[in-house]
Amino acid sequence: MTPDRPALRASHLSKVYGGLTALDDVSFSVQPGEIVGLLGPNGAGKTTTINMVLGVLAATTGSVEIDGIDISKQRARALARTNFAAVYAALPGNLTVIENLRFFGLLYGIDSLRQRVEELLHEFDLAHLRHTKCGLLSSGEQTRAALAKALLNKPQLLLLDEPTASLDPSAGQLIRAKIRGLATHDRCGILWTTHNMGEVEAVCDRVLFLSRGKVLLEGNPLTLPQEHRSATLEELFIRVAREPLSAVEGGAA
Amino acid sequence: MKPRPIAGIVLRQFYLLRGSPVRVFPMVTWVAIDIVLWGFITRYLNTVSGSGMDFVPTLLGGVLLWDFCTRIMQGVTTAFLEDVWSRNFLNLFASPLSISEYIAGLVITSVLTSSIGVVVMLLLATGVFHLQFFTMGLPLIAFLLVLFVFGITLGIFSSAIVLRLGPASEWLLWPLPALLSPFAAVFYPLGVLPQWMQWVAHALPPAYVFEGMRNLLADRPFPGVLLLEGSLVAVFELALAAYFYARVYNHAVRTGLLARYSAESAA
Repeated sequence: MTPDRPALRASHLSKVYGGLTALDDVSFSVQPGEIVGLLGPNGAGKTTTINMVLGVLAATTGSVEIDGIDISKQRARALARTNFAAVYAALPGNLTVIENLRFFGLLYGIDSLRQRVEELLHEFDLAHLRHTKCGLLSSGEQTRAALAKALLNKPQLLLLDEPTASLDPSAGQLIRAKIRGLATHDRCGILWTTHNMGEVEAVCDRVLFLSRGKVLLEGNPLTLPQEHRSATLEELFIRVAREPLSAVEGGAA
Repeated sequence: MKPRPIAGIVLRQFYLLRGSPVRVFPMVTWVAIDIVLWGFITRYLNTVSGSGMDFVPTLLGGVLLWDFCTRIMQGVTTAFLEDVWSRNFLNLFASPLSISEYIAGLVITSVLTSSIGVVVMLLLATGVFHLQFFTMGLPLIAFLLVLFVFGITLGIFSSAIVLRLGPASEWLLWPLPALLSPFAAVFYPLGVLPQWMQWVAHALPPAYVFEGMRNLLADRPFPGVLLLEGSLVAVFELALAAYFYARVYNHAVRTGLLARYSAESAA
């Protein structure tokens, strides 16, 4: 990966269902080693954006490039460089942890799969649960298993849709540290959606505020609230969710 | 197509069978019941008909071949439904797995799982009811191939229906073989069907297979034309089913159905 090639480049994405515009000319990029928070109220278009990046939803217009590869033209090559974990996409509950990791490892064409699976089992403290069916794991353990699956292919782009939603504060902190390390040491670009503003401030380098299918605000999560006359990121989030126009117009610029 | 993703789909099914051996039970039970039931019916017919005709190869052979075709279809469909039941579409289709690799994995899985039932059927039919199945020789393999291809066609078509109409539509699929069997002329010559049913039968490769098999059993010349026609129809319909599946998949990606599938089946 060359320094000037983003891990993800989404250009002019839009999605129209009948007369309803779910996403309206959204453009952004995620650089290698950068964690970008995708924020917005329910129905803002966050999951629609993630689904388009994953190739399971076709854009009405626009394009998605992962590590410079257009997903609509070279789907398998692009998806081999990415992975994801989402609260609504649990691993099959009727397979054990190790079976799931081997199964998905084959789908992603991982070399030295046995060794990679062992690394991840230890990294995510799942070694003692390797023969437990995923459906029997606690929600926190399921999240760890899903994250282990998401790192199988050492992705250049990682999509995380509320990955810490079901974790206790201690486990959440450990996972955040792990993901931060992934960005810093492995230069993985990460697109992260969450409703936990404290988490965003702690982890994200940059945030995008989506509302009604549009990117309303973009910037550093630590300075963005002040730039838009809000005391905290949470307050800004609430303003964007309730009065998108006034939040933007209330900016310093 | 890359071999590793295909192996992944097959391995997943192996894990499911290993983790829950009770899944093997229906693979064996229904075929065994069919063979035992039809075996005794053919024995009874042999004793009361007085025509000197041996019903074992025509009826029991018909049951065995039709069950073979049905098992192949159900093997593909069940492997697909495992992903529906475990809400696994997003994980699967957000991976580098291609549609052709996925279908290839389903077909190989189906061959492996259905072969368990077929072996049980053959053992019972030959061991208990003395069906001399392999005396027909090479033509049998050719006819089996046609039935195999048609079973895959039905499996792909059924999977596309579930993908398009949602998980609840699986109940439309299970009766499909029973619905087709009168037209496939499994137990009787095509000539006994009314004209409109014969027209439908000509679109079904099994109708050519069973008509050809009856010709062979009656010591008529090798039904090469029937075999050729059946093969062409089978290959054409397989291509049609694959095209239909690809269309449904693209529709699901375009409309968001695929992305919503997990969430909706969870609701």
